[in-house]
Amino acid sequence: MTYTFGLDTFGDRNSDADGKPLSHAQTIRNVVEEGVFAEQAGVDFFGIGEHHTDYFPMPAGDVVLGAIAARTEKIHLGSAVAVLSSDDPVRVFQRYSTLNAISGGRAEVILGRGSSIESFPLFGYDLADYEELFDEKATLFAELLKGGPVTWEGKTRAPLLNQDVVPHTESGPFPAWIGVGGNPQSVVRAARLGFSLALAIIGGPPDRFAPYSQLFQRALEKFGRPPLPVLVHSPGHVAATDEQAKAEFWPRWRDIITLVAAERGFAIPTEDSFERETGPRGALYVGSPDTVANKIAINLRALDATRFDLKYGMPGLTHDQLMTNIELYGHEVIPRARELLS
Amino acid sequence: MSELSRLAVLGAGHVGPVIARLAVKAGYPVTIATSGDPADIALITELIVPGAQPRWAADAVADADIVVLAIPLHRFIDIDPMLLNGKLVVDAMNYWPASDGVLKAFEDDGSSEIVARRLTGSTVVKALNHIGYHELEDRARPAGAPDRRAAGVAADDLAAAAAIADLVDRIGYDPVRLENLRAGRALQPGGPVFGAVLTRPEFEQAVSEDARSFT
Repeated sequence: MTYTFGLDTFGDRNSDADGKPLSHAQTIRNVVEEGVFAEQAGVDFFGIGEHHTDYFPMPAGDVVLGAIAARTEKIHLGSAVAVLSSDDPVRVFQRYSTLNAISGGRAEVILGRGSSIESFPLFGYDLADYEELFDEKATLFAELLKGGPVTWEGKTRAPLLNQDVVPHTESGPFPAWIGVGGNPQSVVRAARLGFSLALAIIGGPPDRFAPYSQLFQRALEKFGRPPLPVLVHSPGHVAATDEQAKAEFWPRWRDIITLVAAERGFAIPTEDSFERETGPRGALYVGSPDTVANKIAINLRALDATRFDLKYGMPGLTHDQLMTNIELYGHEVIPRARELLS
Repeated sequence: MSELSRLAVLGAGHVGPVIARLAVKAGYPVTIATSGDPADIALITELIVPGAQPRWAADAVADADIVVLAIPLHRFIDIDPMLLNGKLVVDAMNYWPASDGVLKAFEDDGSSEIVARRLTGSTVVKALNHIGYHELEDRARPAGAPDRRAAGVAADDLAAAAAIADLVDRIGYDPVRLENLRAGRALQPGGPVFGAVLTRPEFEQAVSEDARSFT
């Protein structure tokens, strides 16, 4: 079994050592450096999640990934996620197909409905159409990925008649995943359309998603498709010791979850809930390299998944803290997790 | 009680399967349905809610004593009220504009009061709406567990409230009965117990101090 390990960021706005927020522009330049450094540290994938807020100023991750592509050679680069519901699938395909060209075939795309919903009002979409938007657009995206002229008609964008969509890829479709947060019907849809499955696990015991992973493989069989990989995306922070990692991460986590709790339906974090989530039965990978590697290995096994993407960073952490996280993740966590899984 | 009520869960998204799992675990006969063909959710039922039966919505409801509405609120507007006529209905839905968009029909009054006005032939109880789907199963505890969490039950009909309080208790939560459906506004998004982890005394206090419970 081959396992791969990635890092994801939402462009979490950095602070300086005194806790003063850096500009959006400096945060974005720092993400470029982090992506380049991730390759040097031995990370397999670097993903950028689309967000449109002051604390996640990252609406055009594909541009940032293009900059990273120009300075790297091996690392795969992709969205994590691209909010397909409020975008044009043709445009998303074109941007990532362009990234695939720049990077010499290293592009991937993880598509989501958008559990962060700030893009809907921004681009004039109605949240009540959330489901239909994603379903139609994911169906069209699956067609676009095949290459060749596309004929498509739906309610959410203009029809396409035998339309050639460029740039063509050089060697078939690039890897494409659908991000799922707990809706089993989304799992079945990913299988029906032939996307790989990305499980976004951001709270509670990760192994509760094991039936979703089984559902995905069974649904692939039902639709006559070959097995496809499952990845796990979860937040975390790696530092030299458990204590240091928790001390750095906890206030940042508390602040951001408190801020989005009303919109997302999260409980306000307490020190107790944080202990739960960072413990062996929780969804946060916060700790020393050993702690995080063990947890990754256990959960990849439990979920029959072959890729783990750590969503690193949190608004208010410093660029230095993030670089240390990346270094420890690449040099220590990944080799240990690989060893535990072998 | 020698035989438990028959439960029909409408909705196979985030919430429905979790409630259905807990009910199966508690020993209830459970069916699950969407607006479509039960064949479409056969695999989901087999793997995510083993022990439940996928059925057409009309058949599931016809054979059920209790119907749980676990669908997005904007889809509720499409449901024919006659489908639920004469049934005890648990409204586990939420009106949550920040997450799901604005629905004009739900801008005034509590969402369950609006649901009840639409379902004139049904008895509506508001319950199981205020604990996140990602926590509902993980937080469930047997009666008497020290860290058992409370869950609200609001209804105008006392017998209906008692029946659903029993359901809530059996699936793993300390039921806290609110005075009527209107008082159930305290269970809504933005209210004092929505998404909160509270024991029964904490829950009772939070609800009693909340202005939404009065007037």
